[in-house]
Amino acid sequence: MSTSVLDKQILDTPQTITQISGSEAVLKCLIDEKVEVIFGYPGGAIMPIYDALYGYGNQLEHILVRHEQGAIHAAQGFARASGKVGVVFATSGPGATNLVTGLADAMIDSTPLVCITGQVFAHLLGTDAFQETDVINITAPITKWNYQITDANEIATVLAKAFYIAGTGRPGPVVIDITKNAQVQKFDFTGYTKCKHIRSYRPKPIIRKEYVEAAAELINNAEKPLVIFGQGILLGKAEKEFDAFLIKSGLPAAWTIMGMSAIPTDHPNGVGMLGMHGNYGPNVLTNECDVLIAIGMRFDDRVTGRLDKYAKQAKVIHLDIDPSEIDKNVKTTVPVWGDCKETLPMLTELINKKSYPAWRAKFDEFAKQEESKVIYHEIHPTSNTLTMGEVIHQLNVLTENKAIYVTDVGQHQMVTCRYAQYTDSKSNITSGGLGTMGFALPAAIGAKYGAPDREVIAIIGDGGVQMTIQELGTIMQFKPNVKIIILNNNFLGMVRQWQELFHEHRYSFVDIQSPDYVKVADGYGIKGKSISKREDILPALKEMLAHPASYLLEVIVGKENNVFPMVPQGRGVAEVVLCKEELL
Amino acid sequence: MQKQEFNLTVYTENQVGLLSRIAIIFSRRKINIESLNTSPSEIDSVHRFNIVITETEEVVRKVCRQIEKQVDVLKAYYNTNDEVVWQELALYKVPTEVIAQEVKVERLLSQYGARVVVIRKDYTVFSVTGHHEETDKMIKVLEPYGLIEFVRSARVAIIKSSEGFHRKLKQFEYFEPGSETAENEYLGQNEKVFSM
Repeated sequence: MSTSVLDKQILDTPQTITQISGSEAVLKCLIDEKVEVIFGYPGGAIMPIYDALYGYGNQLEHILVRHEQGAIHAAQGFARASGKVGVVFATSGPGATNLVTGLADAMIDSTPLVCITGQVFAHLLGTDAFQETDVINITAPITKWNYQITDANEIATVLAKAFYIAGTGRPGPVVIDITKNAQVQKFDFTGYTKCKHIRSYRPKPIIRKEYVEAAAELINNAEKPLVIFGQGILLGKAEKEFDAFLIKSGLPAAWTIMGMSAIPTDHPNGVGMLGMHGNYGPNVLTNECDVLIAIGMRFDDRVTGRLDKYAKQAKVIHLDIDPSEIDKNVKTTVPVWGDCKETLPMLTELINKKSYPAWRAKFDEFAKQEESKVIYHEIHPTSNTLTMGEVIHQLNVLTENKAIYVTDVGQHQMVTCRYAQYTDSKSNITSGGLGTMGFALPAAIGAKYGAPDREVIAIIGDGGVQMTIQELGTIMQFKPNVKIIILNNNFLGMVRQWQELFHEHRYSFVDIQSPDYVKVADGYGIKGKSISKREDILPALKEMLAHPASYLLEVIVGKENNVFPMVPQGRGVAEVVLCKEELL
Repeated sequence: MQKQEFNLTVYTENQVGLLSRIAIIFSRRKINIESLNTSPSEIDSVHRFNIVITETEEVVRKVCRQIEKQVDVLKAYYNTNDEVVWQELALYKVPTEVIAQEVKVERLLSQYGARVVVIRKDYTVFSVTGHHEETDKMIKVLEPYGLIEFVRSARVAIIKSSEGFHRKLKQFEYFEPGSETAENEYLGQNEKVFSM
């Protein structure tokens, strides 16, 4: 093991042995916080921390990415796959600003992260010093909390707060900006104590029992109730509690893309996905149900469509840990504030065991229509060109629904979410709220570190993959076994779909060219293959999955395939259409 | 829903950067902050913001909840003008000579509730405490006599129904004392600090 410069200093000067540098303190704190892996990129203002890291290689794994955006998306993938806090190192200035997209993504998708950025010396703040940027103010609206450390004595308490804030309540990203003088400063490190309480911060609102009772009464008297759930179930680690609630209540339940895999996709109560490209039944029947029970979801506009045409007939129960979500978009009849891990068992206790055969039959009826008009043709196409759906379908079969799918943003994302089959929790990792193209490749790398025993498959479009393709270098160097499927339609497909449907076929700058991905992969030492024939799908997927290392598979799919059903923008969820002809 | 003036009262930790975190909650929605006052409450470590905006109650409620969601915010309330008692302080600087000759100062004092803050040979400073309209009136009165400078403070407001606020704050601080605000001690000390 090599000794760092700072270690040497300590060894050479025994009189300062009780003192350590701020940088070393940062690492000691991370170790005490049980951080296993850091995604980062060094630079001038964070060099003392990297210097200290030189001597801590056996206790902290550091993954050197190719761009800071890659680091933060990887940390997001890690957090989403593991349920733990993701950690990022980046330098000041451009290093920090390259985190911005990932921070915004993590903020809107409630992903727990602690990002440590280096900063110029405290005496240089505000002087336009080299690589100085006002990270605290830039990141204020896209972080749950941020703080600048200018004195090493603050490190332990601030980092403890950072992990506590990032991981509790409604999780979110935290940025800790540490000036270089604090990193090099020697001080008496008195140890790390985990933060358990902050006087101004209430991670969980107090549960009001009367609201739980009122919610139970509404559910017990409902004839056509519908549960819609989001990532809150996964973030609250309340999968079991939710399953028990569903089994007893007999309620049909539909998921948002962020809530996907909180219950198996073939769960007896599951009725599919909500939203713009969600399933037919849950979208239409949202506007027929009498009680709508929203759990850990935030009524995003991609879920609700036009708000003034959304579930107006229904009484709404909203379970959420974040009080500011209540009534934000949809007026709630009964708000149930609290952690759903605690509120769901209370609710389960009070509700009657019930089933809704006639109501469930309606979902089945819509599912049948969707199956015959959309799903069947997507999975069993008759044209020569391949569909994204048939690839996902084959992948489900081969992975026995056990893989983690990490998707980017666009048509392939919607198709994957529509056709993916999952049995395990935390299987669907995607950029939901922000819609960040370029998310999937680095997020898949992080997901593999977060869930090393699971098969991690990145499914990416030809647009998104070119946004962060440099992270193939990270795979080359650190060899996480990540499978990459590029569903290449030679278009920015989702934009093209909108241009076709709503802009009179005016294909404005969507014909994006791709490099030879197999050659690119080869350049990075990653095995690759490109296929375009139906008979090649199964053998190619098998080869990919059997390969002991990373593998890139490009599948050339139909250029102008559209994703349906679709709730056109500006319309109500009940106006969901199954095909292009219905739009007119 | 009709837009009207709302008074937001926000208790916060005394943290560098929190003002901007709160301000961006308004600017993100393109809401104009009409008046903003912030200073320590009766507890040094707890700051109190008074913010005035004109919006619908629905928007104000959402904004208020998102302010309260900030980690360093203790509590946020919103009230209509009817629900608060408020004052603004205004200072007026006028040439002493003109005022002494042409203005009935005692009338200013009695009719507008003005106070004399300072009298010098060259200028006099009056102050008026009251609502916006009242402090405005004094400008009109003094303008013809060579008003030199005018300044008005932000609104400070007391909530009429604030039952036990002071006691609760004291108790809160007693059970969980706040920490000192960390500031940058190295500014302007270039020579003393090692630099690369």
